[in-house]
Amino acid sequence: MRLVLSIAGLSLMAGQVTAADMAVHLQIPEMSVAEYHRPYVAFWVARPDHSVAVNLGVWYQQEANREGAGTDWLKDIRQWWRRIGRTLDLPIDGVSGATRPPGEYALEFSGTSGPLTDLAEGEYTLHVEATREVGGRELVRIPFTWAPGKSFEKTVSGTSELGTITLKLIP
Amino acid sequence: MNRIAQSLFLGAAVVTATFGAAQAHRAWLMPSTFVLSGDEQWVTVDGAISNDLFFPNHVAMSLDDIKVMAPNGSIADTENSATVKFRSVFDVKLDQQGTYKIVNGGGGYFASWTENGERRRQRGSLEELVAAGVDKKEGAQLMRSSRRVETFVTLGAPTETVFKPSGDGLEMVPVTHPNDVYAGESVAFKFLASGTPAVGLDVTIVKGQDRYRDTVDEVIVKTDAEGVVHFTLDEPGRYWLSADQGGEITVEGRKMSHRMSYVAIFEALPL
Repeated sequence: MRLVLSIAGLSLMAGQVTAADMAVHLQIPEMSVAEYHRPYVAFWVARPDHSVAVNLGVWYQQEANREGAGTDWLKDIRQWWRRIGRTLDLPIDGVSGATRPPGEYALEFSGTSGPLTDLAEGEYTLHVEATREVGGRELVRIPFTWAPGKSFEKTVSGTSELGTITLKLIP
Repeated sequence: MNRIAQSLFLGAAVVTATFGAAQAHRAWLMPSTFVLSGDEQWVTVDGAISNDLFFPNHVAMSLDDIKVMAPNGSIADTENSATVKFRSVFDVKLDQQGTYKIVNGGGGYFASWTENGERRRQRGSLEELVAAGVDKKEGAQLMRSSRRVETFVTLGAPTETVFKPSGDGLEMVPVTHPNDVYAGESVAFKFLASGTPAVGLDVTIVKGQDRYRDTVDEVIVKTDAEGVVHFTLDEPGRYWLSADQGGEITVEGRKMSHRMSYVAIFEALPL
């Protein structure tokens, strides 16, 4: 749970989940490749016109290395970059995070504090986009309705760069 | 054939030959990357005139008329410039956020006249041609050419400062930003000829890698009453866009024909 907290940057404690919280469970798959780099991953909530309602998070190399600054490759998270990344001044507290190794990650976003607080009722799509250096890129979308008291659960499987992704709305 | 008819015929033949050649060989500028992120980046740019897109296999593009316009409207430097056998190359440092335009643009004047029964031609500035007296020769015709080959790279979010039209020749003004083109989405570009909307202009779009196709598969779209073309590219990739237009222009009181050509290189990203 500490991991969840550090990723989401929330002051939310386990067991204190209140109305209209959002939980995203995602898998970064193991890759059997000669040259492996951890993927850059972005997740955001978009309106039907593709505009970004909530920029939930972006995982990228935080420090410069021999090859350059981590921000050099943010444009490879292509849709995220187009829809919101290119207009941001990074890093952003609670949004920017380090890359993660293969594994399962549970991200929780409170409906009463943080970026979801001001999300108006309506139709949205959760986007999870992963792109890997000398690897592939994948974008998984989960449409959902955001309304008070409405619970929701859907799991979608990525086919290459992402494993299963589950979106839960917990009223 | 009387003289007037002959001169018109030859004049037309010259124009046809010039533009026929331009169509057979395609001029292009190809940046190593179109869309970039981070604080400061470099792109390396190839320039060539070739048959296949985008393989340098004919002649290198001259670097004499290369200009890089930076997002703030200033002219950026090119570095490490070299012209090798089939291509020219140069680097551009991107240290401003926004869109850069890399242009090979220029223009010139041609005079043609009849001397001792033979058709003669000369190119140069208008002053040089007038000083040489060629405009007073028998059957003299003057022609102005305005040509432009350009491409665009964006660091960060796209900006539009570099698209301010100059009013000379054919120019493209984005409705859709050329660094924001995606396969499957409608694209619109506006064209200006001498600063006014180029109505009914044929715009040809060819996808790169034509070497690996049996057919060119070009798409020709016509500009509407506002000078705008609308098209949708089915496949991501790098594209070559070209348009030519003839017209008349009066320069320093001299009426002459005006040949305008425009080429842009851009990429369409997958959604």
